[in-house]
Amino acid sequence: MNFTLKIWRQDGPKDKGRFEKYKVSDISADASFLEMLDILNEQLVDKFQTPVEFDHDCREGICGTCSLYINGRPHGPDEAVTACQLHMRHFKDGETITVEPWRATAFPVIKDLMVDRSAFDKIIQAGGYVSVNTGSAPDANSIPVTKKDADLAFEGAACIGCGACVAACKNASASLFVAAKISQMALLPQGKVEAKERAEAMIAKMDELGFGNCSNTYACEAECPKEISVSHIARMNREFLNAKKDSEK
Amino acid sequence: MTKLESKIPEGPIAEKWKNYRDKQGLVNPTNKRKLDIIVVGTGLAGASAAASFGELGFNVKVFCIQDSPRRAHSIAAQGGINAAKNYQNDGDSVYRLFYDTVKGGDYRAREANVYRLAELSTEIIDQAVAQGVPFAREYGGTLDNRSFGGALVSRTFYAKGQTGQQLLLGAYGALSKEINRGSVEMYSRREMLDLVMVDGSARGVIMRNLVTGELERYSAHTVVMATGGYGNAYFLSTNAMNSNATAAWKAYKKGAFFANPSYTQIHPTCIPVHGDYQSKLTLMSESLRNDGRIWVPKKKEDAEKIRKGEKKPTDLSEEERDYYLERRYPAFGNLVPRDVASRAAKERCDAGYGVGPTGLAVYLDFKDAIERLGRDAIETRYGNLFQMYKKIVDDDPYETPMMIYPAVHYTMGGLWVDYELQSTIPGLFVAGEANFSDHGANRLGASALMQGLADGYFVLPYTVQNFLADKINEPRLSTDAPEFEQTEKGVRERLEKLINIQGEHSVDHFHKRLGKIMWDYVGMSRNKENLEEAISMIRDLREEFWKDVRIPGDIHDVNSELEKAGRVADFLELGELMAKDALEREESSGGHFREEYQTPEGEAVRDDENYMHVSAWEYKEGEQPQMHKEHLEYKDIEVKTRSYK
Amino acid sequence: MKKKGFYWASITEKTVLAIAGLFLILFLLVHLGINLFLLPIAENHQEIFKEAAHFMGTNPVVKVFEVILMAAFIIHIVMGIVVQVQNWKARGKRYAVYGKSYSSFGSRFMIHTGIAIFLFLILHFINFYFIRLGITEPIAGADVTAPAEEHFNELAIYLFSNEVLYSVLYIVAFGFLAVHLNHAFQSAFQTLGLNHPKYTPTIKKIGTIYAIVVSVGFTIIPLYYLITG
Repeated sequence: MNFTLKIWRQDGPKDKGRFEKYKVSDISADASFLEMLDILNEQLVDKFQTPVEFDHDCREGICGTCSLYINGRPHGPDEAVTACQLHMRHFKDGETITVEPWRATAFPVIKDLMVDRSAFDKIIQAGGYVSVNTGSAPDANSIPVTKKDADLAFEGAACIGCGACVAACKNASASLFVAAKISQMALLPQGKVEAKERAEAMIAKMDELGFGNCSNTYACEAECPKEISVSHIARMNREFLNAKKDSEK
Repeated sequence: MTKLESKIPEGPIAEKWKNYRDKQGLVNPTNKRKLDIIVVGTGLAGASAAASFGELGFNVKVFCIQDSPRRAHSIAAQGGINAAKNYQNDGDSVYRLFYDTVKGGDYRAREANVYRLAELSTEIIDQAVAQGVPFAREYGGTLDNRSFGGALVSRTFYAKGQTGQQLLLGAYGALSKEINRGSVEMYSRREMLDLVMVDGSARGVIMRNLVTGELERYSAHTVVMATGGYGNAYFLSTNAMNSNATAAWKAYKKGAFFANPSYTQIHPTCIPVHGDYQSKLTLMSESLRNDGRIWVPKKKEDAEKIRKGEKKPTDLSEEERDYYLERRYPAFGNLVPRDVASRAAKERCDAGYGVGPTGLAVYLDFKDAIERLGRDAIETRYGNLFQMYKKIVDDDPYETPMMIYPAVHYTMGGLWVDYELQSTIPGLFVAGEANFSDHGANRLGASALMQGLADGYFVLPYTVQNFLADKINEPRLSTDAPEFEQTEKGVRERLEKLINIQGEHSVDHFHKRLGKIMWDYVGMSRNKENLEEAISMIRDLREEFWKDVRIPGDIHDVNSELEKAGRVADFLELGELMAKDALEREESSGGHFREEYQTPEGEAVRDDENYMHVSAWEYKEGEQPQMHKEHLEYKDIEVKTRSYK
Repeated sequence: MKKKGFYWASITEKTVLAIAGLFLILFLLVHLGINLFLLPIAENHQEIFKEAAHFMGTNPVVKVFEVILMAAFIIHIVMGIVVQVQNWKARGKRYAVYGKSYSSFGSRFMIHTGIAIFLFLILHFINFYFIRLGITEPIAGADVTAPAEEHFNELAIYLFSNEVLYSVLYIVAFGFLAVHLNHAFQSAFQTLGLNHPKYTPTIKKIGTIYAIVVSVGFTIIPLYYLITG
């Protein structure tokens, strides 16, 4: 297969950036999108040009590193996959493919298609955990958890932190990411103890970092490679309102 | 140093760890604040260790190569984590887990370490559950277990097919908590390019900031490395693209011994290679072998026709199929351990019976299981795996058999450590896949997660503290010290040298060639002649690399080609050591199979008389590395031959 | 980054927006109920309308509600704009390829439909509400004598029968309102945390039915007078 690639190139955070066009040919339909980019980079090295920088690591859809906005969709035109699991057979031969980085004020571009997602780490640091120290845990079976709650909590916990929700949202809202964690913890007895503090702290941090508001368009759910449901956002809202209700401040 | 001091504590095996802790040195809370620990890597071992150090009150600096600590490759582990909880009342115990692990490792692991691992396994589960890790549960609200290869009990805890992810996110949460508290400082997008030694001890690291390209110096009282394995020496593996051996290799060159480099685990059920553009291999969980039957065509003509696309696997009748595992190993059938299953697949493909366009694949067929249990039951059990397969291969495994082939998955070898997980460099601790300690010559499924977390949560907080108890009067070291200056200079010169070669070929070009040598000659099946040839080929390739590699871009910038070049340069040295170790070990044990040492039926033959030892290699500048032996003693386990017939 | 000192969490803003919106949703039903008496659905429909208008214009309890209603309008509009500005800032640089991720049509254009409705609201106020407050004069041609609210029916029927442009604007505005409400209804529930696998699909259906009933209900009136006019 042959493709024309229109790729966002940006030399650094301060550079204005521009699109550049490249042609790749004889690409196997079984190649992944990132392997196609590898081939392009190999070509660029051959021509003494700087390769396109993009984030990637596990290449099996679980680490959440890859972050490409392909033809108007985060992770491109396939459902429930990350860009590394997207195969070229989903494109038409001869197609022009536009590749952009995630666009969000809270995710500044580092170089080319690479963005800085440390804002996600900061949100987790604000409270996305159970404050339990090593060694102080009771026996694992001492607190039963209903299978339903455990399974629901798992759904939220499956988030890979890739940022597709932010990239897809017209408001660049991080609600689905934040909700997935708040919801996971709120559903489990171990996480319930500090559920209120957690919800307030994580949401305050999310706002501070400049993510947009949720306006319930649900593009996040449609694009999430792990298909995390927006019902977690409702649960986050519930947790937050609960916390506010009991807040003494 | 010539003698390897394993520092195994006194007493019966079940009391060694307790004895150690009773007598170890401790640091009082005010002094802890004055002591700095560097942790490199944020996988299960690194993240859990850093969080635990922070909780204790030490000053911790943590580094990871990814953009976030949550992305370390532990995240990709699918199956589960073993623990001797005996929640199923099926006769499990600490001893049994210990026994299975030593046996599974083909009697090449250190007994005391493995026992401690089995002992600590139960606490890991408690800790993870308290952190909010959503393990699978029964309807009654208690934890569910499943069974895994190499064991007769159900002791594997799991969270769907994403157990590694859930455990890592638990450890990442603990780490985030400590970062928020201020006891841990996090540095992401940093690559360790050298270890700084002061007076013979590890006292700091040189990091390259992967965003600015600048070199940075960090000092501490001790350095913990949890930098993972070296499977990417083979180019194609189930490892992540950024997984590398550079940190471990630098430590080796500074005097840490490298143990058992030839022990690599080849996992039997991976999606086969489909083209030379391919960048990595995807694992399909071992659990598939519970219901799938592995076969190749009985007749070569059929295999050939299938390869050409003239015949489909579903065209072949039962009589035309060779269920070779069931034929060779009637007792265990499709459930033989990983090393055995992998070798058997290779044997069939090499003999010309392989399928798929390349001929390097065998079938994993669910036809019988679907007929027996119904499509729905199979979908419930393996739905997500079938979907993953379909996404990659574009074939429906409900309709036509899956194609699988073995792939490099894990490295049992690593930096040599004693009972305290301290390397031969004082002050340098090594944890997780980066060390060699617990899996011997072959790792059992669901044991890697257990080892990483045991090291990080429950071993290092004690042993590192014991080490630091003697250092309370040692002041912080300035990074202006000449040792830092000099080490940084060496790193800079090497980077400049690499980027100035400006040869003809890309880094990947060399990496792929190295991978092919490693896979063909130092892969699943090895022999003297091939290994000798591999050593000379790797040497030639290394020389060529240093003359002919082309790295575009700048040192002082994001430059992934430069990053890869440094890693491949190290793999080109490590690959030789792997071959050398394989050549020296004249026996077949676990993942190391020497063709000269097999029974007439093709089964592995161990040589306990001459090779019941750990081979620990010492770097010698300008000379051949020197091998040291740590003899292994089995007091609590009877050494037997593994048989799966 | 939000202002220091006075900080409203994003979810607080959204909750206020949602509660004000739900109040307006309720009000619209009452408004529609009264307006339908502009149509000859009963023999004395004109009288019923007048009575209701009189009641709404003079009852002290309703007066209190009127203040709340105005506040709800203002809060809903102001919050809507505040949230939208934050959202635009959060995106920063735009994508070159327009987002193709699936999301419902209405949800993408809440601010746009909202502004359209707001513009219509101004016109509506000039023609009706402000008259009552004595701010604007009734449109010439309509036969009205004080008090104003008792003649809204004549005014409305006059406008619908004679001012085609007004009727068209009126109908278009309710088209926008339908799109706005269809998303707004279920969105308010989601914002308040009321999402349930069993009930949410029903809430969505009710929202759509509500949006259709309100917009169709209001637009029948001008259509009737345009045709019979």
